[in-house]
Amino acid sequence: MSSNSGTKTKARLTDPPKSVRIRVKRREMPDAPQYVETFEIPYRRNLNVISVLMDIRKNPVTADGTETTPPVWDMNCLEQVCGICTMVINGRVRQSCSALIDDILLEAGGNEVVLEPMTKFPNVRDLKVDRSPMFDHLKKVHAWVELDGYHELGPGPHTPQETQQERYAYSRCMTCGCCLEACPQYHDDNYIGPQAIAQVRLFNMHPTGKMNRDERLDAMMDDDGIANCGNSQNCVQVCPMNIPLTRAIYETNREVTLHGLFGWLRK
Amino acid sequence: MSNKINIAIVGGGLAGLAAAMKIAEAGHNVDLFSVVPVKRSHSVCAQGGINGAVNTKGEGDSPWKHFDDTVYGGDFLADQEPVRRMTDMAPAIIHLFDRMGVPFSRTKEGLLDFRRFGGTLHHRTAFAGASTGQQLLYALDEQVRKFESAGSVTKYEGWEMLSLVLDDHQVCRGIVAMDLQTLELKSFKADAVIMATGGPGLIYGKSTNSQVCTGSAVSACYQQGARYANGEFIQVHPTSIPGEDKLRLMSESARGEGGRVWVPKNKGDERDPQDIPDSERWYFLEEKYPAYGNLVPRDIATREIFQTCLDGYGVKGENQVYLDLSHIPAETLDRKLGAILEIYEMFIGDDPRHVPMRIFPGVHYSMGGLWVDFEQRTNIPGLFAAGECDFSIHGANRLGANSLLSCVYGGFVAAPSAIDYAKNVERGETETNGIYDSELKKQQEINDEIIRSEGGENQYKIHDEMGKVMTDNVTVIRYNDRLQETDNKLLELIERFQNISINDSNLWATQAVPHARQLWNMLQLARVITLGALNRNESRGAHYKPDFPDRNDDEWLKTTIAEYSEESPVLSYESVDVSHIEPRLRDYSKGSKQGAKKA
Repeated sequence: MSSNSGTKTKARLTDPPKSVRIRVKRREMPDAPQYVETFEIPYRRNLNVISVLMDIRKNPVTADGTETTPPVWDMNCLEQVCGICTMVINGRVRQSCSALIDDILLEAGGNEVVLEPMTKFPNVRDLKVDRSPMFDHLKKVHAWVELDGYHELGPGPHTPQETQQERYAYSRCMTCGCCLEACPQYHDDNYIGPQAIAQVRLFNMHPTGKMNRDERLDAMMDDDGIANCGNSQNCVQVCPMNIPLTRAIYETNREVTLHGLFGWLRK
Repeated sequence: MSNKINIAIVGGGLAGLAAAMKIAEAGHNVDLFSVVPVKRSHSVCAQGGINGAVNTKGEGDSPWKHFDDTVYGGDFLADQEPVRRMTDMAPAIIHLFDRMGVPFSRTKEGLLDFRRFGGTLHHRTAFAGASTGQQLLYALDEQVRKFESAGSVTKYEGWEMLSLVLDDHQVCRGIVAMDLQTLELKSFKADAVIMATGGPGLIYGKSTNSQVCTGSAVSACYQQGARYANGEFIQVHPTSIPGEDKLRLMSESARGEGGRVWVPKNKGDERDPQDIPDSERWYFLEEKYPAYGNLVPRDIATREIFQTCLDGYGVKGENQVYLDLSHIPAETLDRKLGAILEIYEMFIGDDPRHVPMRIFPGVHYSMGGLWVDFEQRTNIPGLFAAGECDFSIHGANRLGANSLLSCVYGGFVAAPSAIDYAKNVERGETETNGIYDSELKKQQEINDEIIRSEGGENQYKIHDEMGKVMTDNVTVIRYNDRLQETDNKLLELIERFQNISINDSNLWATQAVPHARQLWNMLQLARVITLGALNRNESRGAHYKPDFPDRNDDEWLKTTIAEYSEESPVLSYESVDVSHIEPRLRDYSKGSKQGAKKA
């Protein structure tokens, strides 16, 4: 029997509509103009944005009966762990796999769902964007632990549970781009952004990773570095993995300050 | 210059990245092809952990016991030698990940923590919360990014392999791949090619697999002469969360941490689960398998859950049973299983800390795959395979938390094996004799044909129909007449495929053309799975036929080999390596008994 008191079940849509209207912001190719098309999908329980898009893809006809091309979007794991299916849904950046139609309608009222591509990355087509700059950021901050080799050298360093749990939280970042989309400072690759800063924190906390902390902190002091953070704290609010991004920024900033003041002494 | 080795790796999941970093470490070059950015590969979905007999719990665990559990769990269909090597290597693999900075869960002393998983009585599974696959993949992604920065690894993300480039002697000399944005096709030369493309779950329409898991590239290899082994062995995971778009995995670690499977004793009991007293709950796995309880191997748990529902005990009359964690303190659950509880909460809306989860079996993993020898070499010279896309290690049923291990092991073996091959292979001739151009042209023609075709058939509808017939007939319980019907249906779908019209007139970044190519390849592989199942008249591991309920070692202790022909897969059978442990009957109702070691 339950040892955890109380039952917790979230609010449910009690009076669902007969159909859901899906407005999709589209673009044929990178330099083409954007336009909106509306689709109508019969309501069923347990729909998410992905299953709605799959329905449309099977039979791409708009709400007014015009045949069109199927909207293009990225998807893979559908369990909110690969990060690829991120888009802006009713104005909020999030993964489309975990965006349940019932929840969206419950929150917004009515029967309309608006899907748009993220705006901070090159728009490839329709809802698909190119987030390769984020992976370049990971190169720039040396987001890895340097090893002597991959041969057998025994176990890694002892780690207290506390440290492990803190690192685990940062290590869950799936490079989805929500934090950059929501960040008012980030545009045109001018700022390395919260995801990369949190990775600096992740690796600087590791006993071996720490040995390359100077390289990471140097990167943080570049023009696109941590000083660009405007402290709006939007990132932490949209992060789907609940990563303590503002804490990472705060602590990395402190490290950077000390590094800036005294780093030269070690050189 | 001529000593510069260049190896193409297809697939950037755990196996592909493991191979890439080993090859780069040895000073050679890698071209790494992946449909999605490698950090988004399906390996991230693995939840529970990675097995290795590190033996930190004073239980007397050992690599040999891990070996025995794996072979026994696989119902003795696995070649034993590679399993023995893998279980021997397992502790070192876990330690390496630990050094790379994976935030493995820790004991109070700060050591690696281990939990229990199915098919063993030992705490042998290292884990990072309940997102171990994600954490392991990221560690390799990071290491490979280091080599990418240094220039020895070149990534082709957003490229899909279409075919192998074979020379006149059937030697693999490279691949043809397609840029998924421009649909541009290109030939890539390679001294060796390693396939690491994962499983083919999308053949079943809905499964626990990610959308990239079509098996398409592997099927292309098969159609070009690579042997495909044990295709009929498809693992159906006992606990998944049915959804409109996919079946989401509910990790075995939920049971590893004490989760209990039950149904109400009264059929069709309408009460909420919290209102049903313990005495009116039927913990059917614990009752039938007192030693292993809820941690019997997956094939057994799946059949029991399936049968319980067939017998009318499904919760509220539906195809679902309870997986209950609500007796475990919420704090423990958050620490050890947080990530998977969030998934359930997010998609179903109930909090599993308080309300038992409703789950049902779902297609999860292919034990079968490209045939490889003990050095991960396929039958095509120059072509290697590692990870879920190869057939080795798991036999007729995979144990939980052995997949992450086998991916890394496969990659670690394939890498030196491919280097060794590439050092000795003759080169030069191939550059001038036009094989790259002719294969490219052939693949371009297939694309052109798909784009031109206007027969009116809908490719997504064909995919749905394939998924349904495969799920209905080629999963938990198999009958020969229905398997035959399935093959007939697949032939009909293959026929109809010739008449598809893609519904996207905009070819820029279109998903219609790649999907059409995947669909053709999936249909071919579906036949291999179905006919392999039809032919095998016994029950072993995940392959269960009520008309042939027993394992039959005299006739069927054999590896199924499928070879492509235009008409139908040609099946043949090869003996299994049983050089270490004498095959014995599987019986999980009693405690573990070690197998007899051969001299």
